[in-house]
Amino acid sequence: MSLATETPPMTRREWLLSDRPQSRLQARLGRAYMTWRRFSANRLAVVGLLILLALVLVAAFADYIAPHSPFIGNLAGARLLPPGSEGYLLGTDDQGRDILSRLIYGSRLTLMVVALVAIIAAPVGLIVGAVAGYAGGWIDAILMRVTDIFLAFPKLVLALAFVAALGPGIENAVIAIAITSWPPYARIARAETLTVRNSDYIAAVRLMGASPMRIVFRHVMPMCLSSLIVRVTLDMAGIILTAAGLGFLGLGAQPPLPEWGAMIASGRRFILDHWWVATMPGIAILIVSLGFNLLGDGLRDALDPRESGQ
Amino acid sequence: MSALLTVEDLRVCYPTRTGMVEAVRGVSFALGRERLGIVGESGSGKSQTGRAIMGLTPPQAQVTAKTLSFDGIDLLSAPPKLRRSLRGKRIAMILQDPKYSLNPVMSIGRQIVETLREHEDVSGAEARERALEMLAAVQIRDPKRVFGLYPHEVSGGMGQRAMIAMMLVAGPELLIADEPTSALDVTVQLEVLSILDKLVAERGMGLIFVSHDLRLVSSFCDRVLVMYAGRIVEELAASDLANAKHPYTQGLFNCMPVIGADRHPLPVLDRKPEWAL
Amino acid sequence: MSAIVSVENLSVVFDDFTALDNVSIDVSAGGSFGLVGESGSGKSTLLRAIAGLAPPAGGTMRIAGLELRGRDRDKAFYRAVQMVFQDPYGSLHPRQTIDRQLMEPLAIHGVRDGERRILKALDEVGLGSGFRFRYPHQLSGGQRQRVAIARALILEPSILLLDEPTSALDASVQAEVLNLLEQVRRDRKLTFVMVSHDLGVVTHMCDRLAVMQGGRVVERLTADDLATGRIDEDYTRNLMVASKGFRRHAEPIT
Repeated sequence: MSLATETPPMTRREWLLSDRPQSRLQARLGRAYMTWRRFSANRLAVVGLLILLALVLVAAFADYIAPHSPFIGNLAGARLLPPGSEGYLLGTDDQGRDILSRLIYGSRLTLMVVALVAIIAAPVGLIVGAVAGYAGGWIDAILMRVTDIFLAFPKLVLALAFVAALGPGIENAVIAIAITSWPPYARIARAETLTVRNSDYIAAVRLMGASPMRIVFRHVMPMCLSSLIVRVTLDMAGIILTAAGLGFLGLGAQPPLPEWGAMIASGRRFILDHWWVATMPGIAILIVSLGFNLLGDGLRDALDPRESGQ
Repeated sequence: MSALLTVEDLRVCYPTRTGMVEAVRGVSFALGRERLGIVGESGSGKSQTGRAIMGLTPPQAQVTAKTLSFDGIDLLSAPPKLRRSLRGKRIAMILQDPKYSLNPVMSIGRQIVETLREHEDVSGAEARERALEMLAAVQIRDPKRVFGLYPHEVSGGMGQRAMIAMMLVAGPELLIADEPTSALDVTVQLEVLSILDKLVAERGMGLIFVSHDLRLVSSFCDRVLVMYAGRIVEELAASDLANAKHPYTQGLFNCMPVIGADRHPLPVLDRKPEWAL
Repeated sequence: MSAIVSVENLSVVFDDFTALDNVSIDVSAGGSFGLVGESGSGKSTLLRAIAGLAPPAGGTMRIAGLELRGRDRDKAFYRAVQMVFQDPYGSLHPRQTIDRQLMEPLAIHGVRDGERRILKALDEVGLGSGFRFRYPHQLSGGQRQRVAIARALILEPSILLLDEPTSALDASVQAEVLNLLEQVRRDRKLTFVMVSHDLGVVTHMCDRLAVMQGGRVVERLTADDLATGRIDEDYTRNLMVASKGFRRHAEPIT
């Protein structure tokens, strides 16, 4: 007969959902957990997340997964083999290179492009938009006119111009895409800032003597993050396509890099008789774009800034 | 006094992430052609009760009752078409803030006309006439001018009077008013209340007045139901409020600061857990 | 008694709307001054102008004899004057824990021993330490307002500006918060400038009142005068009568 003299230790879930968090960490993790639960209730969103996790894993373990080299092909005996051929699951291209291996290694390039653009463009847009929105007046006017200038150009055309000026290559393609991607983020950040600026809690922080810089960076920007994250995720699909477009035009990744867009470009010639050379990378782009779109939609629902209760 | 509305064991439940939450837990009352006040604080279930009678609870809410009948019609088993025809024509509801309850993109006159034509087969001209009559009945001095105005162009008090006009134009027998004056200034509140009072008395309507303001309700209504945690804890005549028996009612009555009464500190409600059972 | 808050002929204009028109009030140290009026009377604007949140178009404002210029306020001002807002949800940052929000004023002013001060502040407003790491949406309206009061008091100001601090709260919670405010004022010997549309609240909490309408001060009187009906202006009298509740002139229907 045992007498329970102490309460059983909390399960991890109880600890996260506790309404008396004992530390800032517990409170943050609890909140993140609630967001995760909201997100995972949406099955399609989880599918999107899984697709992207698969992409990351494939890129990370490319060396172990890829059956052949992506750069060196069997020119003599394995040119333009159809999918399902012996040893070449997705077929080969005109230089005898295994398409599957090229896709696998190409995932690294895709990830790199997407990550770099997000890292460069999103913070720039966030800062420009939040500062413009909070400052108002001529600062707002100047920053927004600059934003408008960048927005006025069609994305691909502007990227083309930059790449033409900087020279072809995947790094320059990334810079070009990043330069054209930040304006919508600035707009979003500014819109959120305008809403938030007049709220009582910002007035309260001003009344504590906080400097405008402190208010913008520590109090206003966190409120812009949700909308921004959703928008960036949804944009990733478009960024991949823009990079692919640049690659297609020969201005992005240069041969022999297995960038998916460039693969489509070089496979274009064979599309009638050897459809797989261009189609396989196209399907890969489709799946990854879909993944980002599903993830973005799911994030939008889960990160609802007007969450009213747990 | 025959019962216009009979409510027996009304329950409203909501599914939440942590299980079912009962907002209304077994409310029963009968209403004749009288003024009944339902008083409670936030979370008491008073608004949900009013909305359940109207059939305006959100779709995920589950409304059950032993009896919920209006003039003999069982509201729970009535088909949606019948409920829709009752709404506006025989049972009407006034909400709190005309800024949010009036359609912002339609002129006031047009909204009233639309309500009328929805329920009665009248020509456009006749509908307009009746709408203007109604605006005059709520003591709007220049009905023709206000007819063409948009909700954002009028003050809170006038918007609320327009809302009353819109809800009463089809001549309902039962009016549910959910915090009709809470968003208004205190002098405007009294004007609106006296208009409401006059119209309800003239037309022999039944009125359910839902509010958080116990004193206001007791000065306006004949009978008062006090709700706490989804239940009615006390039912009494408005004039009898000073002799309230339930400690919650007494506490609620005493905790308001009153001009002239010098009580420092104010008596505070000592919430007993058994009230919520 | 010297006036610690002194406003003289203050005007505030937003675009072409005159929110305040030549308003003057005087609040003595340790006193509790009420601004009463209906919506649009300018009472909240006056409070915000003192706080530096609304642009003055004319007139002067003085705190402890020092003149305030426009919207500029220095850190010394913020350590002396703090504000409690009306909407309990709107006045707390939705994405920050209570702990973080109470820490912020301390961090801005470089105050050490934040840990002790936060615990003391929560204790003073009747919230246990279990509330420390919650987010605002996990708190009820009354609890949020207590946090707002704790935040206002954490820098130990001498003047508290209160903008309808209990209007958005249930009646029973309002009583608790009003009692808390009274106690805090007694314990810390604070000066209150309180805005309210509710005459009952304002006569309960304040010694002297200014009744405002349409951006002007209509009458100045003591709470006592108001309660006993020694009123000069009709507008004030109307407000008094209206506060007493609904009076029916006809017989109730049976």
